[in-house]
Amino acid sequence: MRIVIASGKGGTGKTTVATGLARSCEGDVQLLDCDVEEPDCHLFLKPNIEGSEAVGIPIPTVDGEKCTGHGECGKICQYNAIVSLGGAPVVFPELCHGCGGCALVCPEEAITEVPRQVGVVEYGHSGHIEFIQGRLRVGEAMSPPVMRAVKKYVREGATTIIDAPPGTSCPVVEAVKHTDFAVLVTEPTPFGLNDLTLAVEMLRKLRIPLGVVINRAGIGDDGVEAYCRSEGISILLRIPYDRRIAVAYSRGETLEVAIPEYREKLAGLATAIAAKVSS
Amino acid sequence: MKVAVTSTGKTLDSPVDPRFGRAKNFIVFDTETGAHEVLDNRSGVDAAHGAGPQAAQEISRSGAKCVITGRCGPKAERALQAAGIEVIPGATGTVAEMLEKFRRGELSSSAESSDPNGS
Repeated sequence: MRIVIASGKGGTGKTTVATGLARSCEGDVQLLDCDVEEPDCHLFLKPNIEGSEAVGIPIPTVDGEKCTGHGECGKICQYNAIVSLGGAPVVFPELCHGCGGCALVCPEEAITEVPRQVGVVEYGHSGHIEFIQGRLRVGEAMSPPVMRAVKKYVREGATTIIDAPPGTSCPVVEAVKHTDFAVLVTEPTPFGLNDLTLAVEMLRKLRIPLGVVINRAGIGDDGVEAYCRSEGISILLRIPYDRRIAVAYSRGETLEVAIPEYREKLAGLATAIAAKVSS
Repeated sequence: MKVAVTSTGKTLDSPVDPRFGRAKNFIVFDTETGAHEVLDNRSGVDAAHGAGPQAAQEISRSGAKCVITGRCGPKAERALQAAGIEVIPGATGTVAEMLEKFRRGELSSSAESSDPNGS
């Protein structure tokens, strides 16, 4: 079972829910931190990192001897990562998405692809949890290749918890793809509701079943509750606005350490999701 | 020789567009015949990434050997250099004024990128 923890708005508590959930589930559990621009689950799970692998995207190199200046490469590239200016083309590696189109269309076969490292995948364990995280290199713009590399570690039969980046753009779509259920963590404020609505619309387009966790319950207004009622979205859990959680967070401790009764509630959350997925 | 000037409008009395890759138009002026053509750069204005290299490609196709603009980013600079096109940054005023200064030899190119911090 693959559960992705997402949100529209940032800072609503995805990592708090993802790490707390992973700690509270028994058996074969994986946690994949797909927030590769700023992975932070490791701060709470403190995993023992056992290995890493480089993630690269293939970028073109041009053989100046073979190039006859046709310019087909520059015409097919949608990102202006290779431009033809009469002579041999100029390549801008930081703009390249690694699709390989330029190499395919070159009539002289003057283009070969060489990998350029954009990030790294690190893996290890934290107690009974198998831990995998991606880390995008500082300054890189494209996170999906690193996220895809992280998601290769998904194992059938395990309870896989994926921490997604915030928002509703390409990286989030990449994170939620091929999952069985999405938990949307929100806060009961107008900001939270606005971004929650966007995330719900995205997930419905992708046909991924979803439920909501309200974090910092007790602040704000009842807009999120009313929205979920009218849309028929189940509220899976309400986490109170509680000083103990903030203190634990600042110390790098997980939710079920801050408030022990949450171990049972989070385990119950996993059971409820499993029931929804199998029904 | 053809000279390209980045322009906010489509006529010679339009103000110069200070940007290169995302300039609204390029006015390509032929110093021998006095004729000019206007290249609409809407696709550059709307480009998510790589507006500079794309514009350099357009300029190269137009046959211009020199670009007069406000400032030019490092990627555009690299592409223009590869195409053997000279860059004259720091342009202000109207397109016609800049072309007149160019004719009198009062403009100079810079070997350095006019935008060292990138854009």
